[in-house]
Amino acid sequence: MAIAPTVLLGLTALVLLLVDSIDPDSTRPTALAAVSVGGSVATLAVAGWYLLAGTGQAGGAIELYGGSLVVDGLSLFFTVIVASVVAMVSLASHDYLRDRTYQAEFYSLVLLAATGMSLMASAGSLATVFVSLELASLPSYALVAFLKKNRGSVEAGLKYFLVGAVSSGVLVFGISLVYAATGSLLLSDVAAAIGDADDFVGIVGVGVVMIAGGFAFKTASVPFHFWAPEAYEGAPAPISAFLSSASKAAGFAVAFRVFAVAFPLETVVPMGIDWPLLFAVLAVVTMTLGNFAAATQENVKRMLAYSSVGHAGYALIGLAALSGGGPNGNVMGASMAHLLVYGFMNTGAFLFIAMAERWEIGRTFEDYQGLATRAPVACLAMTVFMFSLAGLPPFGGFLSKYALFYSAIEGGFWWLAAVGAINSALSLFYYSRVVKAMWIEDPVDGFDLGATPLGLYVAVLAAAVGTLVLLPAFGPVVETAQSAAAALFA
Amino acid sequence: MIIEGLIAVTFAASMVVLLAPDRVAGRLAAALSLLPVAGSLYMWSRFDATGNALTGGDPAFETIVPWLELGGYTLNWHVGVDGIGLPLVVLTTILSTLAIVSAWTPIDDRQSQFYGLMLFMEANLLGVFTALDFFVWFIFWEAVLLPMYFLIGVWGGPRRKYAAIKFFVYTNIASLAMFIGFIALVFGLGDSVSSLDMPAIATALRAGELGSLHGIPAGTLRTVAFVAMFLGFAVKVPIVPFHTWLPDAHVEAPSPVSVMLAGVLLKMGTYALLRFNFTMLPETATQFVVPIALLAVVSVIYGAMLALAQQDLKRIVAYSSVSSMGYVILGLIAYTTYGVGGATFQMIAHGLISGLMFMSVGVMYNTTHTRMVGDMSGMADRMPVTAGIFVAGAFGYMGLPLMAGFAGEFFIFKGAFESTVHAAMPLFTAAAMFGIVIVAGYLLLAMQRTLFGSFRLETDYEVGPAALHETVPLAVLLVTIIVLGVAPDLFFGMIQDAVDPLLDFGGDLS
Repeated sequence: MAIAPTVLLGLTALVLLLVDSIDPDSTRPTALAAVSVGGSVATLAVAGWYLLAGTGQAGGAIELYGGSLVVDGLSLFFTVIVASVVAMVSLASHDYLRDRTYQAEFYSLVLLAATGMSLMASAGSLATVFVSLELASLPSYALVAFLKKNRGSVEAGLKYFLVGAVSSGVLVFGISLVYAATGSLLLSDVAAAIGDADDFVGIVGVGVVMIAGGFAFKTASVPFHFWAPEAYEGAPAPISAFLSSASKAAGFAVAFRVFAVAFPLETVVPMGIDWPLLFAVLAVVTMTLGNFAAATQENVKRMLAYSSVGHAGYALIGLAALSGGGPNGNVMGASMAHLLVYGFMNTGAFLFIAMAERWEIGRTFEDYQGLATRAPVACLAMTVFMFSLAGLPPFGGFLSKYALFYSAIEGGFWWLAAVGAINSALSLFYYSRVVKAMWIEDPVDGFDLGATPLGLYVAVLAAAVGTLVLLPAFGPVVETAQSAAAALFA
Repeated sequence: MIIEGLIAVTFAASMVVLLAPDRVAGRLAAALSLLPVAGSLYMWSRFDATGNALTGGDPAFETIVPWLELGGYTLNWHVGVDGIGLPLVVLTTILSTLAIVSAWTPIDDRQSQFYGLMLFMEANLLGVFTALDFFVWFIFWEAVLLPMYFLIGVWGGPRRKYAAIKFFVYTNIASLAMFIGFIALVFGLGDSVSSLDMPAIATALRAGELGSLHGIPAGTLRTVAFVAMFLGFAVKVPIVPFHTWLPDAHVEAPSPVSVMLAGVLLKMGTYALLRFNFTMLPETATQFVVPIALLAVVSVIYGAMLALAQQDLKRIVAYSSVSSMGYVILGLIAYTTYGVGGATFQMIAHGLISGLMFMSVGVMYNTTHTRMVGDMSGMADRMPVTAGIFVAGAFGYMGLPLMAGFAGEFFIFKGAFESTVHAAMPLFTAAAMFGIVIVAGYLLLAMQRTLFGSFRLETDYEVGPAALHETVPLAVLLVTIIVLGVAPDLFFGMIQDAVDPLLDFGGDLS
């Protein structure tokens, strides 16, 4: 059963609803979190096992339901990313949700969204792309607005929903244009038919741009990024972690597959549809804008939100640095590997903020001053995340950025790598502000942090360990990712 | 596997100390740091490397394990030591332990974090001096910056935030320049290397296999890469005019951190210069003899003059480091056995002596709470042992015979005089030797004003002899300095073995 990891995620969501409906009045926070963590860890294990065993890779991709769903290295790799983020987020939510109602609904929404994200990675037809994207998006809208007594949260949810709805419209219209020109929704059939669509080249072109727009929304890339800072700031912090890591990765998963498979470079670029150029422009604008906006923030959560826009720009290099006949699998694989590392370091950073919210110490850089005197281990973990996000050795982020920029140079896109490297160096400025506030500044006044939220703490530490361990273990990760990506170009 | 063991044990020790309660952290860190000391001494006793690790020699305790492959380049976990790396490993372990012990008195806040960071830094320094794969080396190289940033920024003096950021930004930008320069070389080598293995790259570069890159001809590429790497390392050394971060960092850092900064961190710069610029691109280096020698002489003289002008005892020692490291550069560019070997020896000697000086300034500061030359006088009355050791250290700095500093400087001057890389080398050497006079001048002046005369500092606290745990590290250092001064062959033999192959390149050296 090749689709087992995705099914496991869906089943866990249903089990959560079942547990809750047996006795809706009482809340069992530990049981709910345990089911959620267990389900996502099981998914992680199965997907990881498939990935190592070569399912869908050794003998070619496994196609299900007439090719509407595809299980291969790419889908399994992104399922691993999503499942590990969900595991950390569920673990952390146990403490974050204490004293709140609708806990079972929270967990099942998270897992339903994760199911959608996992399906996005396996989508083999434009129809499944759209359906799975909606399955991932709808629970996310609700989750952003989960703190329904909090104005910020509700406003963020509304904004996310409105922009999302418009983007969905754009995406589905793009899909219909491509369908009109090629007469097919199946990615491989689109690829086969697109060469004959000479008369409709304009229509296909507009369709491709609109589809790209839809993905730009999901990955919080410019110009559809402006919902992201609001949504990430207003949402409960574990949900910000979930959206900015897992949802973004899923958006890239589907974009990688759709563009690499349905619009093959050799066919569409001679037709005048140069989508790598489109993504190159988007990548440069996204990382620069994200970085500069992040540098001007006073609020740590907003800074992280903008920095996640910047990281979308780095990941876009995986689509931008492609050329006919180039080492395309390498750069796309490096981008995937970066998304995996990012899944740990960015989730960890947002979960640290969740912990700060739990402690009620405020959100600005000033509020973080001297925090290390009270919570040294957690601050150590946050320091790991910040330096890793900035791409400093000896953390995972250094190697993944190096691999990404290196592969871009290898493909001849040294200017993209240069813009990326400069941006990355600039980002050290605002990431180190957090570190400086925590360790070097003196506390403004005494903290009373209260009890240590154990689940959150464990989740943050797990993310930190993951970020560190990904440095020595990067070899197999990047090789798996690159061979998975290379399969798309075969 | 002993090198891996050494690094791993030190990392593990740093984690243990980080989680230990503050009360025991200092003692625990000192005890645990004896393990790497024992390990490095064991390595020294079993050392059997031949030649230079980068030019075809066999390093001792070598391991190569494939790590990952990226775009046709293999990255390996490749470590090993030759006669250049091993003395620096021994220096690092010994100085770390002594610095940790000397921190017991001044560090009274967040001890477990402080000692944890010190050990973390030691582990990365060991990695820098043993790594033989560029990528592994670079990770360790950069990772040294992080603990230093915190050590200055958290436990430093009043302007610590400024000093920490300045240090971080300066050295980070320098690393970036160096990284780009080196990677350009690797790309320029094209298919002749398939890994970032330093020996392989050094061999290919010395064999002249560098090709053109993106239309840049090989000659230009070599020059540009040499300059980029030189600038990167010059900041770390530091060479005038890239030295301005150093006095700030030194003055703000607590004394034990200054000991590590001057004793080991600056050596990273000269070590890297030797390994990269002077080993891999010897011909390019000999084209730049005049500017490099000039920078060295300027560093020696200008650093010493700046030291002469300082009022703060710690600043005096800090600027004198700039001066001493100038000698090392002069020795390196001489390209003779005694020049390069002496420079390597001087790295060790200066590490020990500057460590001793910073430590004794720290001990005096702990009891008087001032470092101003004008405020202190007659310290020899109140703390005779410390004063005596300080005098002995200062003599070592001036290069008195039978001290390690003498051996180092003597080798360098001999090597630089004999050098044939440029007709003007004897002239540069003579100019640099003038630095010795200034060194003697400011050290004697400082000693006379702080140590001798009558004690007249008005305090409401007791100014008395240093505690035993403050004196012991100083004594150990002094003994080591004298031992190395009497028997430089303890290290010089192996250094020579590693240095000689470097001088053998096809350049037009007559």
